[in-house]
Amino acid sequence: MEALDLARLQFGVTTVYHFFFVPLSLGLSIIIALMQTAYVRTNKEKYKQMAKFWGKLFLINFAMGVVTGIVQEFQFGMNWSEYSRFVGDIFGAPLAIEALVAFFIESTFLGVWIFGWDKLSRRAHLASIWLVAIAANISAFWILVANSFMQNPVGYTIAESGRAEMTDFFAVITNPNVLLQFPHVALGGLTTGAFFVVGISAYHLLRGTNNIEVFRTSARIGLIVGTVAVFGTMLAGHAQGQRMAETQPMKLAAAEGLWEDEDPAGLSMFQIGDEENRQSVFNIRIPSLLSFLSYNTPDGQVRGINSLQAEYEALYGPGDYVPPAIWLTYWSFRAMVGAGMLMFLLGLVGLVLVFTRRLETSRWFLRGLLAAILLPYLANTTGWLLTEVGRQPWIVQGIMRVESAVSPNVTVPMLWISLIGFTLVYGLLMVADLYLLQKFARAGVGGTATTPVLNVPENATLKGMY
Amino acid sequence: MDLQTLWFILISVLFVGFFILEGFDYGVGILLPFVAKNDTERRVAINTIGPHWDGNEVWLLTAGGAIFAAFPNWYATLFSGFYLALFLILIALIVRGVAFEFRSKLDDRRWRVWWDRGIVFGSAVPALLWGVAVANIARGVAIDGSMTFIGSFFDLLNPYALAGGLTTLLLFTLHGALFLSLKSGGVVQTRATAIAKRLVIPVALLVVVVVLVSAPQLLSRLTVFTVLALVIAVAGLGVALYHTLKSGRFGLAFAGTSAALAGAVLLLFAYLFPRVMPSSLGEAFDLTIYNASSSQYTLSVMSVIALTVVPIVLAYQAWTYWVFRKRLTDKSHLEY
Repeated sequence: MEALDLARLQFGVTTVYHFFFVPLSLGLSIIIALMQTAYVRTNKEKYKQMAKFWGKLFLINFAMGVVTGIVQEFQFGMNWSEYSRFVGDIFGAPLAIEALVAFFIESTFLGVWIFGWDKLSRRAHLASIWLVAIAANISAFWILVANSFMQNPVGYTIAESGRAEMTDFFAVITNPNVLLQFPHVALGGLTTGAFFVVGISAYHLLRGTNNIEVFRTSARIGLIVGTVAVFGTMLAGHAQGQRMAETQPMKLAAAEGLWEDEDPAGLSMFQIGDEENRQSVFNIRIPSLLSFLSYNTPDGQVRGINSLQAEYEALYGPGDYVPPAIWLTYWSFRAMVGAGMLMFLLGLVGLVLVFTRRLETSRWFLRGLLAAILLPYLANTTGWLLTEVGRQPWIVQGIMRVESAVSPNVTVPMLWISLIGFTLVYGLLMVADLYLLQKFARAGVGGTATTPVLNVPENATLKGMY
Repeated sequence: MDLQTLWFILISVLFVGFFILEGFDYGVGILLPFVAKNDTERRVAINTIGPHWDGNEVWLLTAGGAIFAAFPNWYATLFSGFYLALFLILIALIVRGVAFEFRSKLDDRRWRVWWDRGIVFGSAVPALLWGVAVANIARGVAIDGSMTFIGSFFDLLNPYALAGGLTTLLLFTLHGALFLSLKSGGVVQTRATAIAKRLVIPVALLVVVVVLVSAPQLLSRLTVFTVLALVIAVAGLGVALYHTLKSGRFGLAFAGTSAALAGAVLLLFAYLFPRVMPSSLGEAFDLTIYNASSSQYTLSVMSVIALTVVPIVLAYQAWTYWVFRKRLTDKSHLEY
């Protein structure tokens, strides 16, 4: 493989991995803050137990998100130095602001929350988890501001030096792309947190463990939050799709496996494509639906890959402007939307069962909810694959191609070392993370989850929440 | 003062924060096997930095982000140039962060032993490599006309840089030992104090040697700022020496190592100014705050934000040190 391919593979591996942890942190922090608010307001022990139980799982996950995020902060300079030089003026700013206004708060007050249960007043301690939750989501906003510039560059000019320079900060942070992408990602995070809570609660309802009331209430909170959040995620996502038809038609064409212009365009449900000859081999479609989804009317032209390629060649010069691996973009889109719809359906059914008091006796449904923990992960990952693979070959849509962005001095052996190193360490950490998560999730409330202490001296009075 | 200079100063402040704050928590990590002989003692040591290490680490991330935003060419040259060193630092920081959170979660000796090794590795490697990186920047590295580093990883491992690495490693260890003397009780405190007493003279001598070796370069760019920074560093070391060995007032000794670290960072920045990465291939290829910087517009937007937010960050981080000011012993409530 060439340096470019390795650098891309490494970015893909480290970023997808990082985003396994981020959405749960975004959503679960809010849910825990809500639970702890209920505790402070009602003084019911149940809510404190809830905040502590979900808090333990949150911390295990959060640590993974934090450490894999460090790589993201440096990797642009390490592997994409030419990109960093070209867009640093615009792209560096949101990253720096993220660290200054969000990450500092998040990390500092997480420490306060973990260690402050007995040291702060209840209200001050509650404020610390809210600060963590809000800052985590603000942090997501700034990262998405940076990402949105890659999807839809605004507020810049290409200077004499050939570099992109910011001309309008307000335009950069109110990029129409981020105004939809942020709610989509934040609500996706909330969905992830909610279905995580629902799935693990379902496990305990099935088992009938101690403190069942904690999981009964958690399941209820999770189902309400999850259903609303996934619906909101889908609405924002739909609006994003319509924008994509305008600003990134090639991505939409790839996501739909649409090879030729069509008016009205049908929505492909299952397609086998021939990427070499850029045509469809087998395709099941619903007539006019793609036009309708794109423009809210039954007709309207949706551009196909081949005509866009011809147009881009005329516009940007000879070259290949078709994203690689169309199948990946196509199936990622379907997996994301499918997972979202399934979650919405599960949420609705679950709410009906909750309000008719039949949830705990619907054992098959509870098993389904347990399995449904995986759905948001599928949707989160495929969503990003669609967004980023579909943007190729651009690193910044329309102004910089990915092959001119890579570091010229980072060699193939160096890349192999870092790629193998990150993959190995990430693999081992994933095993440890999943092991701990399942152990603490199973242990339940007041189970064996408190921290055992080795070599306790006889006079020690250690107590810990771990 | 132009905005480039302002950002050069701001970034030096972020590095001062990083060296002082993350410096002692690296030190505590490095000292783990030396100050703690059983699990409870290890927990006491780790919990002294428990509420703080993550917030401390953000100083580094913010410095990285600030370099990216204000001096994209510096960010690009530095991080692509020091690729393998940075890769090692990243692996170390990843393992270390997870280790803090995971180690006490299981009642299994081998599990904890492995994570403790991760903490030691994850603290020692960056403590060493930051010094190596900084010394290389000061010395100048092979940067060509396209602002690209064209040397190799092994060029970075020259004796001068390794001496720099040893200096930060030992300075952070001493700084951590003093922190433990302040924040822990019982046998952990006793051992940390003994280590600080044994370390402080060799560390001071090493710093003097490194400064003397660097003297020709320093003298060639002598300004009031380099002199001032050097005075801060030396005075800090003197205070640390006196209070560690004579008075036993470890709060003041810790203030001394903090000043020494701040002085060292400021000395580096004052020496470099207005360059950010001198090239060993000729002055024409130096990266300076002017040829590496962002546009005036970006710098002014970022200035407003940074000058508003940094004081607030300092205030709430200081507050957390006040909240968790108590000395930890094996009788304390330990979270990690």
